[in-house]
Amino acid sequence: MTVVQTETEIPLEGFVGEVFKQLGDAVLEVHQCEARRGIVRIDPRRTVEVAKKMMAMQGSRLATATGIEVRDGIDVLYHWAFEPAGAVVTLKVLARRPELEVDSIADVVFAGNWIEREMHDLLGANFRSHPDMRRLILDDSWPEGVYPLRKDFDQVEDRPPLPPTQSSPDVATDGREGK
Amino acid sequence: MALKMWALRKSLWVYHVNAGACNNCDIEVLELLTPRYDIERFGMILVGSPRHADVLAVTGVCTRQAMPRLQEVYMQTAKPCVVLAIGACANAQGIFTEAYHMGLPVDEAIKAVDPNAIIIYVPGCPPKPESMIDAAVKGMELLKTL
Amino acid sequence: MSHRTVVNIGPFHPLQEEAEFYQLYVEGETVVDMDVRISYNHRGIEKLDESKTFDQVPFVVERVCGICSASHPLAYVQAVEEIAHVQVPERALYLRTIVNELERIQSHMLWVGLAGHFLGYNTVFMWAWKYREPCTDALEIATGSRVSYANCKIGGVRRDMTNEQLKAIDQAVTEQQEPLEMLTKAVLDDPVLHARLKNVGVLTPEDAKSYGALGPTVRGSGIPIDVRRDDPYAAYDRVDWEVITAPGGDVFGKAVVRLLECFEAIKIIKQCVKDIPGGEIDAKVEAIPPGEGIGRVEAPRGETFHYVRSDGSNRPVRHKIRAPSFNNVPTFKASCIGLQIPDVAITLASVDPCYSCTERMCVAVDAQSRKPMYNFAELVKLSQQKTQRLLKQW
Repeated sequence: MTVVQTETEIPLEGFVGEVFKQLGDAVLEVHQCEARRGIVRIDPRRTVEVAKKMMAMQGSRLATATGIEVRDGIDVLYHWAFEPAGAVVTLKVLARRPELEVDSIADVVFAGNWIEREMHDLLGANFRSHPDMRRLILDDSWPEGVYPLRKDFDQVEDRPPLPPTQSSPDVATDGREGK
Repeated sequence: MALKMWALRKSLWVYHVNAGACNNCDIEVLELLTPRYDIERFGMILVGSPRHADVLAVTGVCTRQAMPRLQEVYMQTAKPCVVLAIGACANAQGIFTEAYHMGLPVDEAIKAVDPNAIIIYVPGCPPKPESMIDAAVKGMELLKTL
Repeated sequence: MSHRTVVNIGPFHPLQEEAEFYQLYVEGETVVDMDVRISYNHRGIEKLDESKTFDQVPFVVERVCGICSASHPLAYVQAVEEIAHVQVPERALYLRTIVNELERIQSHMLWVGLAGHFLGYNTVFMWAWKYREPCTDALEIATGSRVSYANCKIGGVRRDMTNEQLKAIDQAVTEQQEPLEMLTKAVLDDPVLHARLKNVGVLTPEDAKSYGALGPTVRGSGIPIDVRRDDPYAAYDRVDWEVITAPGGDVFGKAVVRLLECFEAIKIIKQCVKDIPGGEIDAKVEAIPPGEGIGRVEAPRGETFHYVRSDGSNRPVRHKIRAPSFNNVPTFKASCIGLQIPDVAITLASVDPCYSCTERMCVAVDAQSRKPMYNFAELVKLSQQKTQRLLKQW
């Protein structure tokens, strides 16, 4: 079943439609606009501006974000939830290859902080002017530049080797020197 | 050594390590402490430091990040000690075998630092508290033979 | 001159599905900054799901968190049902509600017990866990397992319940009512607990919104966010219940929300058992068409968010899981700053049940000499001693 829909075919109605209208021409393409769910693609240059608008709306909160590897780069999906309307509005931003870079919204809404760090860890998306881009999800010995959620990463074949273990119990640092 | 083993037969103290578990096994381990299962009948209590412990109750798959810490905790534990590998994950990584963030399985991770470690496996996802009690009692029996 | 010290908590301290490693920066007794390192429990479930078929994924996501093992599969299943436009039979919706509410009771009871342990009220710990047992029994009757229920499937539920089973569940929650009332009174009327918990670890509504806090954490700040009401799933729009909130945003508020929610859960279960219709328990699902779906479930700790994308094959292209703690854990940064060290333990615990608190390894290190100062047992002792001091005052 393939239904190709262009932006003009989807009428902006109901609560979700109102939210989209407020975003104005930052919206590039409307994928879905139903009673409680909406998906749009927005202009990557205006991510921060849109996030500020969303944050100012009544009852909004950033539920989470999803990163997906697509042909042209990485799609970053910000899921905004609205209470008590019970709607989830998904804003898609494309981070184009080869830089894979979009603006960070962590300064606008703190909930974006951790999830952007996670997407950086797992997919290699880069977030411009993120306040604290340290490693969050992967372990300390994981090599830089290996992104497990990319489609070309095979979870069994491409596993990085484990660091060597300390073999002798005698060299154990027991963290209790002194006292 | 004989004196140590004699002392170890009664009142095993347990230190619980979550090396990447989903908390299923962990709540069942805590369940052992509480009135219905009450493992203190056998002189076992949970302690807050591996240095006081005779038994390491390890749950979870042992992720890459947790593995060096698990080995560290094992080295800190007073010897001789027994390792209880609780649940399918700690036994053989369970359904997470293929996932990318795995370290060595719990038994291999511990044998890497001490080849003579005593490991008792408690299968199940999660094992019922009854089978954990069974394992603990078997562990005590095992220590008597050493 | 201020003397800054680093207090390490963890890493063996699993809240939710992640073991975390906290570093508290303290000056004297006061916490001035905080940092956290996770990853200890990262198992790569999202990648693992891409290699499983749609029907296999519920069993994997059930093991995201053993205590939310009814909520995660339900959220995933709802996301897939949204893609495939599946009409789930009424009876299945009611059965899902019953299992999810039983889970809520056992999870909240578990938290009350551990909070009691932290404050040095070990009686509360033992009692709460003892009175939690009828609930796990009911879950065993309903699904065959005390934890990991394996109850959900795409299009419905996997197992029907007979009238006898429903009656046994009804009886179990009736038995639950009385000890719960006793526990609630013990917590709400205790002057020492008031002194220990009120105005401790305050999360303001503004912070709650910015951090995207969820569940009892945000409802304890007086904000009525509840997916069960806002975006109704299962049978929540067919039964009569209320969203519980408490003002203040402190630890006490969160405790009140959790305790009162147990009563609402009992109310919901009783109505479900009474009103459950007969009929099929699952709808036939042919194939999953290409598309994107979102599933939201109010787990005991807050909204669980699942996003699934399908390309028409029998495996998901992407499955994103966001557990409530991912948003709740960073709120420590807002609620712990300025607290005293003995209060941090309970504030950390207030966001979320920390099941294995007893086994977490903690060493406080003097930042200048790198010498250990406290271990975890001593930290809990500090917390318990504070309660003792207050007890004497009253």
